[in-house]
Amino acid sequence: MTLTSGDKQAEASDLERWASLIGGGALVLMGLRQASLRGVLTALAGGGLIYQGATKRSTIQQAQEAIGLNKPIKVEKTVTINKPTEELYRYWHNFENLPTFMKHLKSVKVYNEKRSHWIANAPLGNSIEWDADILEDRENEFISWASVEGADVENSGFVRFQPAPGNRGTEVKVVLEYNPPGGTLTAIFAKLFGEEPEQQIGDELRRFKMLMEAGEIATTEGQPSGRK
Amino acid sequence: MKAVCWYSANEVRVESVPDPTILNPRDAIIKVTSTAICGSDLHIYGGYIPTVQQGDIIGHEFMGEVVEVGQGIENLKIGDRVVVPSTIGCGRCHYCQHDMWSLCDNSNPKAWIEEKLFGNITSAIYGYSHMLGGYAGAQAEYVRVPFADVGVVKVPPDLSDEMLLFISDAIPTGYMGAEFCDIQPGDTVAVWGCGAVGQFAMISAYMMGAEKVIAIDRFPERLEMAKKYAKAEIINYEEVNAGEALKEMTGGRGPDACIDAVGLEAHGVGIEDFYDQTKQKLKLETDRPHVLREMMVACRKGGTLSIMGVYGGFVDKIPFGAAFNKGLTFRMGQMHGQKYMHLLLQLVLDGKLDPSFVVTHQLPLEQAPRAYEIFQQKLDNCVKVVLKP
Ligand SMILES: [Zn+2]
Ligand SMILES: [Zn+2]
Repeated sequence: MTLTSGDKQAEASDLERWASLIGGGALVLMGLRQASLRGVLTALAGGGLIYQGATKRSTIQQAQEAIGLNKPIKVEKTVTINKPTEELYRYWHNFENLPTFMKHLKSVKVYNEKRSHWIANAPLGNSIEWDADILEDRENEFISWASVEGADVENSGFVRFQPAPGNRGTEVKVVLEYNPPGGTLTAIFAKLFGEEPEQQIGDELRRFKMLMEAGEIATTEGQPSGRK
Repeated sequence: MKAVCWYSANEVRVESVPDPTILNPRDAIIKVTSTAICGSDLHIYGGYIPTVQQGDIIGHEFMGEVVEVGQGIENLKIGDRVVVPSTIGCGRCHYCQHDMWSLCDNSNPKAWIEEKLFGNITSAIYGYSHMLGGYAGAQAEYVRVPFADVGVVKVPPDLSDEMLLFISDAIPTGYMGAEFCDIQPGDTVAVWGCGAVGQFAMISAYMMGAEKVIAIDRFPERLEMAKKYAKAEIINYEEVNAGEALKEMTGGRGPDACIDAVGLEAHGVGIEDFYDQTKQKLKLETDRPHVLREMMVACRKGGTLSIMGVYGGFVDKIPFGAAFNKGLTFRMGQMHGQKYMHLLLQLVLDGKLDPSFVVTHQLPLEQAPRAYEIFQQKLDNCVKVVLKP
C-alpha cells in the first residue's frame, strides 16, 4: 500500500512521527526501543491501525526483556553508493540477489510479488528458514518486509533509497530486527551475527556498495601468506 | 613462490608460499621483476603498524610483467610490462572518480577495523596491515593486483626497471607532497627526510617553481645526495639546531612550506626524543611526532605543512597552539598514485626526470632479511634497496 498526501492528513500524529523518523536522518532504533520494528512497518503500510496493537505488549514479554531473554537484535546502517537510486532499488527489489552480499543468508526464493522464502546459514550445517511478505513497496524509495506469522525467527526490515546531494549517488539506509527464537535455536541464531551484529550488517551493506560500484566484492580470501 | 613474510618486530623471513591466483574478475597476476623496500615498510618491519600478522607478505613498491588476467580485464594482456601503484583503488567510487585514489571506498575488505579506529575507510595498500585491507604484498615472485584495469600503467620495454620502479610509490608520494605546498614564485620549501620520497619531493618542489629547497637529515651521505641531485641546501640536525638554521636561511621568516618525508619513526635529539622513544616502547603513544613538532614551530606564519611520512595512530605533545596562532595549513595523506603516474612516466620518458640515482643497493629477494637490516640501520650509506625476485 502506498501513502498518498491525502492519506497523510488523515493519519494519526504517531504515524507521522514514525514516518519522519524512517524518512529522516534520525536514529530509527532510538525510537524503536519501545515498539517493534515490525509493528511500525506494519503500521506504516497498513495506515496506522495495527500500530496500536504493536505497542500493547504483554507483561510477560516485558518481563522477559527486562531479564534479557529474547532480546531482539536490532541494527541500522547507512551508506552512500555512487549509483542512481533506480539501479540500486531494482537490484535489492529482487530478494534473490540478497545472498550475493549478505553472507548470513544462504538463499532467498521469491514466490510472488509479495511472498518470499528465506534460508539463513547456521553453524554446523544447520539452517533457519522462514517466509516473509513485503509490507510496503514504494518504487525507487522504500521496501519493507517482515516474516509471516509462525516463523522460526521473527524478523523484519526495511531499506530506504534517497538521492544524495551534489551527485554523490544514493544514500541507502537499512534497518533490520530479528527476534531470536527461544530454546536451543537461540544459541545457534546468536552465532549467525557473531558478537557484533552491527558490524556484520555494516559489512554486508558495504559489500552491496562494492558490488554495485566496482562490480565485484573485494576479498583477500584465498591469497597466499607465510602462515602455517 | 618465494615471498618476504613478516614474523615479529625486526624479523622478516623469505618463505615458500603458494602462488597467488585470480580471485575476482578485475584481478591480474604480475610476475614481479623489481620491488623496493619503502621507508614506510620500516614501520612494519619495526612492529609499529597495528594489525600486521605473523606470516603476512609485505612490500608495496613494485613493477613487473602481466602473466594472467581475470575475465573482467580488457585493457591488459599477458606480457605487458607494468608499474603498479601502491594504493589499491577501484576506479569507480566517488573518491577514485575525483582522483583521491588512496581514499577509495571499495578496495578494503576488512574496513570495519579502520572504520572503528578512524571513523572512515581508506583504500587498501599492498602488504600494509589488515586494517588497510590485508592484501598480500609485493616483495614476492608474483603478486595479485586487484582492479588491475585501472591505475596500473603500461611502460615501454626499453627503459631499465630502476628508471620506472619508483613511479609505483616514492615519486608520486614526493610529488604529491610538493603539490600540497601550493608553491608560489619565490617560495622556500623545507623537506625533513632525505630518503627517496624526500629526494623526489625536493626535485618536484623545484619543478613547481620553488626558489629554494632546504633538506634536513642526519646522514651526511643522504644530505650529499640531496645537494647533488636535488640541488638542495642542507641542514644536518645533529650538527646544528634545525629550527635556528632554518630561520637563519630564510631571513628570520621560516620556510613557506614544510614537507614531512619521515613519519612516525622520526629521530630527534635530546629529552624530547627520549620522551617519545620511551612512550612508544611503553605503547603510550604509537607514533613519534618529532618532525611534526619541529615543522609547526619552524614554518612561517600562514605557511603550509605537507605530511607524507606515514602516521598510524596517536601522537603526543603536539604544539597545537603554534599551529593555530600561526594560521598554518595542514595537508596530508597516503598518495593518490593513479592521479600522477602517467604524468611522471612522461617526465621520465622525456628525459626530465631520472629517478635511478636513489638506488644504492640491489639484492636478490632471498636476501631480504639482510636488505631490511641494511636499510633500517642505514649501513653502507644505504638510501634505497631494490629486491630482485
Ligand atoms: Zn611506500
Ligand atoms: Zn574507489
